[in-house]
Amino acid sequence: MSLSAIPHFFADIVEEEHELTIRDLCRICTTEREHIVGLVEEGIIEATRDASGEWHFRGDSLRRARLALRLQRDLELNLAGVALAVELLEEREQLRRALRARGA
Amino acid sequence: MVRAPATLGSMLRGLERALARGQFAQDLPYRFRDEFCQGYCVEFKDYYKVMGVARDATEAQIKQAYRKLARKYHPDVSKEKDAEERFKDLGEAYEVLRNPEKRAAYDNLGKGHRPGEDFRPPPNWDAGFEWSGADGGQGRADGVGSAGAGGHSDFFDSLFGGAARGRRRARGAQRGEDHHAKVLLDLAASLQGGSRSFTLRVPELDAEGRLQLKERTLAIQIPKGILAGQHIRLAGQGAPADGSDEAGKPGDLYIEVDFAPDPLYSPEGRDLYLSLPVTPWEAALGTQVKTPTPSGVVDLKIPAGSHAGSKLRLKGRGIPATPPGDLYVTLEIALPPANDDKARAAYLALASAVPFNPRAHLGV
Repeated sequence: MSLSAIPHFFADIVEEEHELTIRDLCRICTTEREHIVGLVEEGIIEATRDASGEWHFRGDSLRRARLALRLQRDLELNLAGVALAVELLEEREQLRRALRARGA
Repeated sequence: MVRAPATLGSMLRGLERALARGQFAQDLPYRFRDEFCQGYCVEFKDYYKVMGVARDATEAQIKQAYRKLARKYHPDVSKEKDAEERFKDLGEAYEVLRNPEKRAAYDNLGKGHRPGEDFRPPPNWDAGFEWSGADGGQGRADGVGSAGAGGHSDFFDSLFGGAARGRRRARGAQRGEDHHAKVLLDLAASLQGGSRSFTLRVPELDAEGRLQLKERTLAIQIPKGILAGQHIRLAGQGAPADGSDEAGKPGDLYIEVDFAPDPLYSPEGRDLYLSLPVTPWEAALGTQVKTPTPSGVVDLKIPAGSHAGSKLRLKGRGIPATPPGDLYVTLEIALPPANDDKARAAYLALASAVPFNPRAHLGV
């Protein structure tokens, strides 16, 4: 395949360009509203409410929501277990990076 | 569902396609095998061995084994290189063994086959088994997960291919599904921006409803300043809208970005960390040394009395996001070797001039 035949795309960074509604999150994560509500109630992702009571999510909720839903589905965890796993995974990642930064 | 026999031409085409993907050099053997075997042979998989259970394991034992191994090899949890492949095999094994109908059919078939052997399902192998519903089990392996993850193995597809596909048509959605992929990006792409091309494997249904992995290569203009864990969106590049509804829009393609390890910088959010070796006298006396930064070499002032682990911040020289990150330079003390008389004499002179016990706080 020659280089010019490859379709070329210009892309946005979702986390910076977008504030997501609960409908967006459901669609992108291919999940039902109740699952997103569960993640918010467990404190895994954070939402702000606008005047009409509609939930809004920061773009970086997307990564956490998808990670949480994968863990919940694949490891058959309950929400409290998912929340703990997500926090520990993030802490582990931070420690790994700190180790790498020290040249370990 | 009978597969075409191998021909020399199809083997060569497989080889060509595998070699054309130079950017996947590290997993070429696996991809090659995949490509090579596509369309004419599949490997027999021993699902009992994958799950580490006996052939007469109870449902409870199978579930327990799945949960234990899933926690170990889940790609979000495990850092092992082949975690994704193993997790996929595991999901597939569980999907078959947890379902009494599939398990019985598999057991019947498995007699006389060894793992790794080339395998072609005999005609009517599934005759006499009753399948409940369109999808005998629920799809576990995520068909549109990370790039290259693909759905089930060819072995699975050759057995359950037709039966397990129901879920992809689950909802009568008016727009196509969003697809997700994950790519490894070099740090320079975020630092400077620029175009990168990626090959993604997309599961698609063919005319007979069988899942096929189709490859597509696309070039993406990487937005400068993108961070690990962020997503880029390619509008309209997900699944096409359901054929029945022409008005529906295609879904979007979301690509999660992670950085490949960089030889110099470790990213931490928008900040970068660099380990900079200095000599003992540079650290003790202070000086100016040259240090690389993403935007070029700069002179860095080392304050007198610095020590190993001292952190110096270069504001705004991290990843050029908005706001830009900082570059943290961590000092490392490098000792010159005492491998000639002059160097040994210099160390001895220092030892006699400076009484210094670095172990005083240990009480020795």
